[in-house]
This record gives sequence, C-alpha cells and structure tokens, in this order.
Amino acid sequence: MEKFIGKSVKRREDARFLKGAGKYTDDIKLPKMTQAAFVRSPYAHAKILSVDTSEAENAEGVVAVFTAQDGCGEYGVPCGWQVDFKNGETMREPQHPLLAKDKIRHLGEAVAIVIAESLELARDAAELVEVDYEELPAVTDPKKAMEDGAPLVHEQWADNAAFDWCIGNDRAEVETALASAYHVTELEYRNQRLAPNAMEPRSYIADYDVNADKWTLYTSTQNPHLIRLLLCAFALGIPEHKVRVVSYDVGGGFGSKIYHYTEEALLTWASKEIGRPIKWTSDRSEAFLTDAHGRDHVVHSRMGFDKEGKIVAHLTDEYCGLGAYLSTFAPAVPTYLHGTLFQGVYTTPLIHLNVTAPFTHTVAVDAYRGAGRPEATYLLERIISKGAQEMNMDPTEIRLKNFIPPFDGVEQPGYQTQVALQYDSGNYHAVLKRGLEMLGYEDFRKEQKEAREKGRLLGVGFSTYIEGCGIAPSAVVGALGARAGLYEVGQVRVQPTGKVSVYTGAHSHGQGHETVFAQFVADKLGIPMDDVEIEHGDTEQVAFGMGTYGSRSLAVGGSAIVKSIEKILEKGAKIAAHKLEAAEGDLEYAEGKWTVKGTDKSVSFGDVSLTAYVPHDYPEGLEPGLDFSSFYDPSNFTYPFGTHIAVVEVDPDTGKVDLKRFVACDDVGNVMNPMIVDGQIQGGVAQGVGQALLEEVVYDEGGQMITGSYMDYAMPRADDLPMIESDRTVTPCPHNPLGVKGAGEAGAIGSTPAVVNAVVDALAHLGVSDLQMPLTPQRVWKAMQN
Amino acid sequence: MIPSKFNYIKATSVNEAVSLLDEHGFDAKILSGGHSLIPAMKLRLNRPEVVIDIGGIPGMDVITEEGDAVVIGANCTHQQILNSEIIYKNVNILKQTAATIGDVQVRNKGTIGGSLAHADPSADYPATVLACDATIIVEGKNGSRTIAATDFFLGIFTTALEDDEIITAVRFPKIAHGNYHKFYQSASRFAVVGVAVVFDGSGVKVGVTGVADTPYRATKVEEAYNGDSSAAEHAVDGVAVMSDHFADEAYRSHLAKVFVKRGLEA
Repeated sequence: MEKFIGKSVKRREDARFLKGAGKYTDDIKLPKMTQAAFVRSPYAHAKILSVDTSEAENAEGVVAVFTAQDGCGEYGVPCGWQVDFKNGETMREPQHPLLAKDKIRHLGEAVAIVIAESLELARDAAELVEVDYEELPAVTDPKKAMEDGAPLVHEQWADNAAFDWCIGNDRAEVETALASAYHVTELEYRNQRLAPNAMEPRSYIADYDVNADKWTLYTSTQNPHLIRLLLCAFALGIPEHKVRVVSYDVGGGFGSKIYHYTEEALLTWASKEIGRPIKWTSDRSEAFLTDAHGRDHVVHSRMGFDKEGKIVAHLTDEYCGLGAYLSTFAPAVPTYLHGTLFQGVYTTPLIHLNVTAPFTHTVAVDAYRGAGRPEATYLLERIISKGAQEMNMDPTEIRLKNFIPPFDGVEQPGYQTQVALQYDSGNYHAVLKRGLEMLGYEDFRKEQKEAREKGRLLGVGFSTYIEGCGIAPSAVVGALGARAGLYEVGQVRVQPTGKVSVYTGAHSHGQGHETVFAQFVADKLGIPMDDVEIEHGDTEQVAFGMGTYGSRSLAVGGSAIVKSIEKILEKGAKIAAHKLEAAEGDLEYAEGKWTVKGTDKSVSFGDVSLTAYVPHDYPEGLEPGLDFSSFYDPSNFTYPFGTHIAVVEVDPDTGKVDLKRFVACDDVGNVMNPMIVDGQIQGGVAQGVGQALLEEVVYDEGGQMITGSYMDYAMPRADDLPMIESDRTVTPCPHNPLGVKGAGEAGAIGSTPAVVNAVVDALAHLGVSDLQMPLTPQRVWKAMQN
Repeated sequence: MIPSKFNYIKATSVNEAVSLLDEHGFDAKILSGGHSLIPAMKLRLNRPEVVIDIGGIPGMDVITEEGDAVVIGANCTHQQILNSEIIYKNVNILKQTAATIGDVQVRNKGTIGGSLAHADPSADYPATVLACDATIIVEGKNGSRTIAATDFFLGIFTTALEDDEIITAVRFPKIAHGNYHKFYQSASRFAVVGVAVVFDGSGVKVGVTGVADTPYRATKVEEAYNGDSSAAEHAVDGVAVMSDHFADEAYRSHLAKVFVKRGLEA
C-alpha cells in the first residue's frame, strides 16, 4: 500500500481553485436573495445628529433600510477574551453595536444598512441616506491615546485604557539587574499597523426560513462553529440549534476571518425582518476600513548584557492599540500571545513586559498572521542584534552564547520560561548552524567587505525565532481569560464499503487540509488516499469545532482525528477477531487488514466495515456501525522555531532596499507534506517581508486613512522577493500523536526582523543602528543622510 | 465598487465621438482603455452621465512611420507600443517608457491617448512626450489641430484639450538617443520620479514627471548641460516639488536629481 505521510502530494483542492470553480460565499445565489449596502461614517469620531432614511426607503428596488433605531442586536458583538487590569479592575468592555447609534468611533463604522433587489440599487439608495454628523477630534496612536486630554473613545471611562497587564519577573528586580548590567541596549519603535488583505473579501449571506423558523448563515470565516456560538449566544440571543453556519471555500484569512463581525449578526437579524435572504460582500475599500487590522504596538525596550554578551535582563513597556471596540480575540494578542514569547530562544534570567492597551478611534486590531508572536520576535531579534552591534560582537555569536541548550522533551524535560510557558522541544543551535551553511556566512562577509570598498551597501540579517502554536490547552487559556475552550473535534465515519468520511472542526482557507488530513488518515488506516474524503465548514455536517488559526489545525485538529482512528481500529479489531475466530490480542493491523500473527489468515478493512453495517454474524454485545467522534484538548502549546537570514543591498542613491537572498531553516516538527510546508513558509516570508519593507496602514491626525487602497498601501509582489532558499530540521513535538508543531505562521514571524537587521547591517558603518518599519526608500535614505 | 448609473454610447468614428462630446458637454466622459476612468467611476469619484467609448473607432489604434516622425493612434495600448517594431527602431525611449507602466493586464488595456488626456501628474508618458517634443493631435467640432507637448499639460489632471476635443494621435519625431528612468511608487508603481532624457546634437532635452503637479521640461538642466551629468543639480530649479506619504519635498527633489543624472549618464 502506498504511503503518503511525508510526501509532496499535490493539493486536491487546487483543481477547483485553478479552474475558478471554488465555492466561495459570493458565488452562492439563493432564490429571492436581496443585496445589502452599508452607509458608513466618513469620520473617525463624530456625533450622529440625525439620520434620514426616507428618500432611500422610497428609492427604486429598496426592500428595507435599517438604522440603530430599529432595535437590531441590542447586545452587540461580544469579545471572547478577558484581560483585567493589574489592579484587579475588570477589563473595560464597551458594547459593540451592530450599527452606530449616537456616536461614531472609527472611520467606516456602519450607520445604516440598505437592502435592495440588486447590489447596484442598494448602492444607489445608500447614497440617499442623509446622516448629519458633528465631527469630533480623534486619536489613532496608542501612546497618544493615553496622554492627558486625549479624546475619549468611550466617555463612560476616565481614560482610554481597556486594560493594562504585565508578565514575567518583578519589575524592580529587572530594573536592578539592568542598572548593574555591563551594557544596556535600548530600542524604541512602532510595530506598525497592517491590513490583512485576504484575497477574498469578507462575504456573508443570511437566510431566514420562515416556515422552519431556522437561519442559515453562509460566511467567509475561519471558524464556523465559533461564529454560530457568538452569533446565537451573545450577539442576537437566538437558539443555536436553529442556526446553521456554512463556510465552504474561503480565500485566505490571515486571522482577519476569525472574528465575529457586526455585519454577520446584522444580516442574520435583518433576514428575519424581511423574510428573505440577504447577501453582502465587502469591497476592497470597505475591507481596508473594516477588517480587523494587525500589530500597532508602540515599544520601548531595554536589554542588559554582561561583558561576554550574555543577556542578564530584559524590560519592555508597550502601548498596544486595540481600536474602537474589542474584537473577538483582541485582548489576547498583545498579552498572552505576545508576552509569553519574551523568552525567545534565549536563557534570559529576568524578563518583564508591561502593556498598556488603549482604545483608539480606528478599526479594531486583532490577530494577524502570527498574532503577538511576530511582535515579540521582532523585538527580541532586533534588540539582540542591536546589542551585538553596540558591543562589537557578531550577531550569530551573541545568539549562540544565549541559546537555550537542545532538549527533546522526552529524555530532557521541556524548558520552563520566565513568562509562564514550558517549551516542548527545541534545538536552536542546529537551525542556526544549518542556516549559516546554506548562506555561506564567511564568504558573504568577504563579499560584503569588498562591495563596501566599491561603495556598494550589502548587509545580512538574522532572526532565530520561536513561536507558540497548536492553540491551545483549554484549562491554560481559560485561566488566562479565554472565554472558550480551544480543543478540536474530529469525526471519522467509515462507510459500509470501507470508504472514509472525515469531519473536522478545523477550517481550511488556503491551508490544504483536504489533502494533508487525507494523507495521514490513509496511512493510519492503510487504505488509499482516494478512499478518504475530508469534510469541513458546515455546522450541520461537522459536530463541533473551534476552527483554524494559531497554526493549530494539524497539531490539534489532526490529533482529534487520530484519536477517532484509534477508536475505529479498536472496534474494528473486535469485529475482525470475530470474523477470524481469533483472539483480539493475536491480531495485528497493517496494510489495511487484520492478520492473525504468524499466519496468512486475515480480513480486510473493507470486510470489517461492511460487517459493522451488516451485522448478521457479529460479536455479541457490540454496537453496529463504525463511526467515532473525538475531542482533543492538547496538553501544551507546540513550539516551532527556526533561523531566517536575509541578504540585502541598499541603493546608496535612493535608499531602496533590494532583498537579494532569503534563507529559511525552520523546524515545524514532523512534516506531513513538504510541498505545503514550503508553500506556507514562502507565503509567510512574503508577508513578513511586506511588513519589513512595504506595508503600513496610516491614519492621519483626524483619523482619515491615507492608505485605503492599493494605490497607497504597498503589498509585496513576486518581483519584490528572491527565490526563498528553505530547509528544515525535524524535532518532533513530544506531546501530540503526529509529532507536528504547525507551519502556518512561522514565515511571517521569523522573516521581518531578519530583513530589518540586514538593512541595518548594510548601513551600520554609516552610523545607522535602527530603522522604523516599513523601510521605505525615503526612510532608509534619510537615515543614511544623518 | 459599483459606478453610478450612466449611459454608454459606442462611437464608430471620431466625428461621431466629437459631436457626442459636444452634445453632452460636461456630463460626458471619453472611454478609451478605461484604466483611469473606470476605477474613478467605481469609487464614484467620477459620475459621468454619458460614457462615450472611442475604443472601437477604426484606424485609431495604428502606429505608422511618416517621414521623420512616428504617428501613434490615441487608442494604441501600452503593450502595442512596447511590442512595436517601428517604435523600437525609431522612438526607443517610448518603448522604455511603456515598459514601466503597470503590469501586463494594465498595458493590454490602457492607451497612450487616455493616459495623456487624463494627465495624472505621476503618469509616465508626459516626461517622454515633453523630452521628445512630441505633438498631440486632437480633433474637436471646429476640426483638427496639433498641440505641442510643452503646451499640453496645464496642471494636475488638466490639459489644453477643449471640452469638445479628443486626442486622435500623438506624433513623435524620430529619436536616436534617449532614455527613460523611473523611481516606482511601491504601492501603485506610478512614478515618484520619471525622467526622460533625449540627446539632441550637443544638447539635451529633459522631461520630468511625478515631481511637480504638472510634468515639466527641466530647462535649467538643459541650459547647464555641457556633456556630463553635473547639470542634474538643476533638476528642480524653480519647481514647486510635490510632497506625499512616500516622498516628501526633500527626498523627491533628491530623487529628481539622481534620476536626471542617471539619464544624462546613460
């Protein structure tokens, strides 16, 4: 029987994607379906003085116009994570209304929904809604939001803080260690705000069936069951068993489609009001204004070293913007997904992170590919490189001096950090060593020296990262404020003919689950991959699930499927033993059949499956059928790691950065499909390079977005990138049955600081020691002039 | 991204297009390749009541050699210009310019006439038509006339075209030595700075786009030119330099000098 684990099996889903035959939400057309358009605020902060919908209501083809006055969703959309203030005060949690009532708190906030017979008519009518605003001063920068006299986002509180938080060792102890350190490196910067830019914009269809008194919500989400829960139990207060959430093909999410958005709830509510289905698909302009953004940290950090370059202490203060309302996972991102990675891959004995998280007059900030971990990695990898630069050390030498020694989590215990987590397994020396080989480090330094003499500016930058994936042990996250468990569900249904349907609560929006999950299911059952089908994305088909984010699908969702396979084989063995008239203990399962050890007597998986459903001659007391569902709650996070190396050349005339090489040696544990892992790394690296060199959401002082289209928001393109040279080491995860760690975010986490470190290295001899992202030609050129 | 309602009329001749333009006046817009107009309409920044499509008018998409000149129909796409043997041999600087515009999809639809009429201050062609001393051939209700490139661009999105006039062709003198250099805006890939340099005997003609709200001839550079690139220092003399999120006045001025220098040295 052909084995599939570890092979670059081509993606099953690509045939339909490449032919334009995917089934995205916007492709779905229901009978009697209407189309919605939103009236959105042109101001970041304003009083709504009046809303006049009369002209719109009478416009051609208009079915209904709703405003906040119509009583839609009085609860608003909820936040799924609670982080209280350090002094015990409860997190400030404003209601997030489905439509703004009295006050606008961010640009693009919806004031009214116009529902019409066609999209064109809805758009035309939306322009007829007259809203009278009184514009108010806005604050969009998280640090400025905490200054005295800053405009308040929510007037019921004295200042803009939603919460503050800290983690690690006692601050005074860390301060003392810094004061006596041989050298202290300081870094101040902004980890800039990014727009997620999924290729498919958000799209929803809500369909209320008046006869059945049931709702169906088709939605471009990463987690259909979670949306159903939040929609039913919180936003609308409607019965969960009467709501079906369907999410077939989804064109990318990068985090932005985890959250429960106001439009989902509002369409669901309005569909019952009008008794017809309603579709809304965001256009790109709306996506820039209303998809939750990422990052937005203002950082001040100090790291102390001893004479040899060993880190003795690390202290950081951050202002992390949350936007106007708390998005689903927003409070977790700058805290538990961020501060818990401050150990990095280093033995730093004293660490303290202090976070102030204010509201700002902007769209919400939430998880974006990496979610808190790229921000942590950027900080650590920049400050350690800056430390090396200041202490005249080689950036690889300082890393090697500070690495946590190798541990496999089996023979050697996991590594207990100063910031709550225990790493599962790691070998940080090995990935750096391999990365340096791939690069040809010594040769590069020679080339750099020669180039510099000719006036060319070459640089190399390193990043040795770790991330926490496989989110997450429910008890742990519960103790940290999560309002959900983060287990996963996997059902394996063996059909009477021995064909296998697998139902997973994970959700593929580009990852390739249909292929990868089928690979290991086929191997574990010893059957052809063609006999396995993976189903996801429909709450009426899949029992339950928590969806896909945090590089969790294989580590958590895959493990749930493995548990069900084990149950299938256990029950199958009972049936096989009966058929073979042998004791269960005398059987072994391999190559899709149970064999009596040491004999040629065997029975196939297909035979046993048929018997399970046609139980004429059957073990006594055993239930018919071969169908198991399992919940898997991981015992720990997983900790992928790696080394990323960038080589750049800077144009001395213009400051333009040319990324010449990118070397990635990652360790994501066991690899199911190398091609897909390579693709994930490449895509992640492209996004990380995008942050380093190109991307930034810019709001002006008044809260207007000046990067609201691709004319001004620079995305990385193929010709901005070199071919990515990638390799792997394999340190299996010791605590999940597949030994996998997750690969979805690694590229975006590791790459950004490598690129910035490389540019700083290229300019170091000109006295440049830091640069603000994105490294636009203008910024780089100006740094060179000073 | 849905435009307001509009009427669409497909013109079959230049005369018909001109008379439609005359009839509808300010309410009408001319559609050629649509790569400036349609995005503006989708964002409802532009709401013409009538769109007059000149895209299919016979004879307007032809490139011909006429004695010392090359005449390019206004409906020629950027890709057509890029692929044209006539242009490669006679006005290679224009081929270089077209190669920097957008991507293949844009170049397959966008036209030289449309781009010039739109007069985006960061568009590429203006630098080249200025440096080449090209002439813009236009037709209106009072017949045809030609406008020198140096008289054509009046300001941001503003040209010397009358309300009833459309561009029918652009006439380039044959250029033996010239080059176009561009610094791309990283998001839009329009020109932060675009510089066209044409060597003409012992002199030089320099067209600059992206730097000011109107593309210009860098006459101070031309006057100071004495065979080397030192004259590049004068690239923005007397020019009100634009400033935006990607390039402020100081950086843009510096880039203009760098790219004029590159052009003079090429």
